[in-house]
Amino acid sequence: MAYDKFNVLSSTVVPLPTENVDTDQIIPARFLKATEREGFGDNLFRDWRYDSEGQPKKGFVLNDPTYQGKILVAGKNFGSGSSREHAAWAIYDYGFRCVVSSFFADIFKNNALNVGILPVTVSPEFLDEIFEAVEKDPNTNLEVDLKRQTITLLATGKSESFDINPYKKANMQNGFDDIDYLLNLKEEIVDFEKSR
Amino acid sequence: MEKKTLFDKIWDAHVVKSVEKGPDVLFIDKHFIHEVTSPVAFLNLEKRGNSVLFPERTIATPDHNVPTEGQEQTIKDKLSRMQVERLRENCRKYGIELHDLGSEHHGIVHVIGPELGVTQPGMTIVCGDSHTSTHGAFGAIAFGIGTSEVEMVFASQCIMQAKPKKMRITIDGELGEGVTSKDIILYVISKISASGGTGYFLEYAGSAITSLSMEARMTICNMSIEMGARGGLIAPDETTFAYLKGKKYSPSGKAWDDAVAYWKSLKTDEGADFEVEHHFDAADIEPMITYGTNPGMGIKIKENIPTGADLLGSNKKSYQQALDYMGFQAGEPIKGKKVDYVFVGSCTNGRIEDIRAVANFVKGKQKAENITAWIVPGSKEVEKLAHEEGLVDILKAAGFELRQPGCSACLAMNDDKIPAGKYAVSTSNRNFEGRQGPGARTLLASPLTVAAVAITGVITDPRELAVADYAGV
Ligand code: SF4
Repeated sequence: MAYDKFNVLSSTVVPLPTENVDTDQIIPARFLKATEREGFGDNLFRDWRYDSEGQPKKGFVLNDPTYQGKILVAGKNFGSGSSREHAAWAIYDYGFRCVVSSFFADIFKNNALNVGILPVTVSPEFLDEIFEAVEKDPNTNLEVDLKRQTITLLATGKSESFDINPYKKANMQNGFDDIDYLLNLKEEIVDFEKSR
Repeated sequence: MEKKTLFDKIWDAHVVKSVEKGPDVLFIDKHFIHEVTSPVAFLNLEKRGNSVLFPERTIATPDHNVPTEGQEQTIKDKLSRMQVERLRENCRKYGIELHDLGSEHHGIVHVIGPELGVTQPGMTIVCGDSHTSTHGAFGAIAFGIGTSEVEMVFASQCIMQAKPKKMRITIDGELGEGVTSKDIILYVISKISASGGTGYFLEYAGSAITSLSMEARMTICNMSIEMGARGGLIAPDETTFAYLKGKKYSPSGKAWDDAVAYWKSLKTDEGADFEVEHHFDAADIEPMITYGTNPGMGIKIKENIPTGADLLGSNKKSYQQALDYMGFQAGEPIKGKKVDYVFVGSCTNGRIEDIRAVANFVKGKQKAENITAWIVPGSKEVEKLAHEEGLVDILKAAGFELRQPGCSACLAMNDDKIPAGKYAVSTSNRNFEGRQGPGARTLLASPLTVAAVAITGVITDPRELAVADYAGV
C-alpha cells in the first residue's frame, strides 16, 4: 500500500502510559471482519474507549480533548500479541503517524513500517520525561526527524537519536513499500524456485 | 567449517538476496491463509494488477470467525459470511487449495498443516497469524506475518526480513506426573516474560523436549510468540519422521528416503553460537496457571499471586491494572478460586492428544454445576478421531458440550464468547483483556488442569485428584 511520505513530524502527543498494550486492546478481534482496509480507526482501543453501550468512557485518553496529535506515546512492550495488521491500520486510520515507546513487539513494528507508521524506540528515561512533560503541558510538542533520526521534546530541548534500518528508512521517506522492490526481483525469484 | 545453528541452516538456504544494510529477501516454501487476514491482501494485489506467483504453495482454510454450531448451514453473521465467501472466491480465482467448512480436512490452519503433512522439516512457512510458530515443532522456520506481507508472498513468494537473533532454551530432565508440555511453556514464559524473546528466534532443546510427542512439541512452539519471539523450532528426529510418514502431502518411496536423509542433517552444530541461552530443569516444572492479562503472568497452581516485589521489571500501575481486571489480590492463593467456564480447544491444545487427556481424566465423573464446559476440536480430523475413539461419549456423559472445529473461544470472533466478568480456564494461548469476549477473564492452563477444574468447579492442581486418573501426557 502506498502511504504518505515521512520526513519531519512535529506534533502534540497522546499519552498512554500503560505497559504491554496488546493487539487485542488496539483492535479487538470482533472488529476484524471487514474485507477492506478503511474504517478501523473508529474501533481503535474500542473496549478502553467505549462501554458496552457504546458510550465513550470518561478517563480514557482518546476521549479527552486535552490530548490530541499525530504521535501516540505508549508504555513499554507496545503491540504484543497477534500479527493482525489491522492494529497498525487502526492507528493510521485514526490519524497517528508515529508511535513512541521504550519497547515494541516485533511483528507490530514490522507492520507499522509496512503501512507508513514510524515506530520510534526511546530510552525508558526519555519516555518518562515525555510523559511528565505532557502531563504538565498537554500542548507540548515532540519533533520526529526521520532524516536525522532524532526525536526532540521541544519544551526542554532534550533530544535522542533512534535506530531504523536504512532500507526501511528510505522506504518511509519515499512512501515506497517492499512489494515494489520484490516485483523487480521476480526473475531471480522464479529461478530460485526452480532450483529448489 | 563454520558452525551453524538449525535456524541458520534453514534461513541461509532460503535467502534469494540480501539487501545491502537491509533485510534479506526470504523465499517462502509454504503459505497458509485464512479468511480474516487475507481479503485486503487479495484486494491490494488486484489493485496493483498483480497475480499469485505460485498458487500451489498456498493453502487456505476458514477458521477464525466461523461458527462452531450449524456449519452445514449458511453463516448467519453477515460480516463473517462475507469474509468466508471472499476467501472462497479468491481461492477459486487464483487456483489456491481450499479446505472449506465441513470438508474432510477443515480446521484451524495450524492444526491442519501438520495433519496433512504440508508442514515439513527445513521449510520456511508463513501465515497471517502469529501462532504460525506452531509449525516450528517440525524443524521449520515458521512465523506470523502482517497483511502487507501476505500480499508480498502472493505476488513474489518472498518477504523481506532482517535475520533475527538466536536464543536457545534447553530443558533437561524428566517431567513429573501430571505435568504437560503446556506447563513447560507457561513456566518458560513466566521466567522469560511476555517480551523477553523479542528480536529472537528460539530453539528448544534438551531431553525434556526431545522426549515429547509431536503434538506436545507443537504446544510449545505455538506459544513462542507469547514471549515476543517470532517463532521457535525443535530439531527434527525419529518422532518427527514417524509422525509425517504416510501423511497426505508427505513424500513417499524414494523421495521419502531422500527427504529423511536431508532432514537428519537439520540440527544445530556442536559449538554453534546463540546470542542468549537459557537452561531449565524439568523437575522444577509443575502444573501452571496464569493469573494476569499477559501470558508471562503465570505461576504454579500451588503458589500465591505475586506481590509487586517480584515482577519482571513491569511497573506497579500496569500490574495493578491487570489484577483489577482479573478481580484478584496480590499475595492471595490462586487455588480454590471459583471458575465459570472451561474451554478445551485452539491451535495450542485442540488436538487429539489433548482431547484424549481430558476424556481420560473426566471419565466416569461429572463436571461441577457452576461450570460450562466447551470442547472444540482443532479440526475435522480431530473431531472424527474423538468420535471413533469414544471420547465424545465420555465427555458428553461428563457434561461437556462438543462444538465443531474452529478457533472459537480462543479469540471470540464468533458467538463463542465468555460473558463479561466471568472466569474461564482455557487451553488457549492468550489471556489478554477481552480476548475471549469483552470483559472476559481468562486463565491459561493445560488440558489436564482444565479437566480437573471442570470437575471441581474451582482452580485445582490436577495432581490432587486421584493419581490413577492421569492420562500421563
Ligand atoms: S486458535 Fe486462536 S491462536 Fe490459534 S489460530 Fe485460531 S485464533 Fe489464532
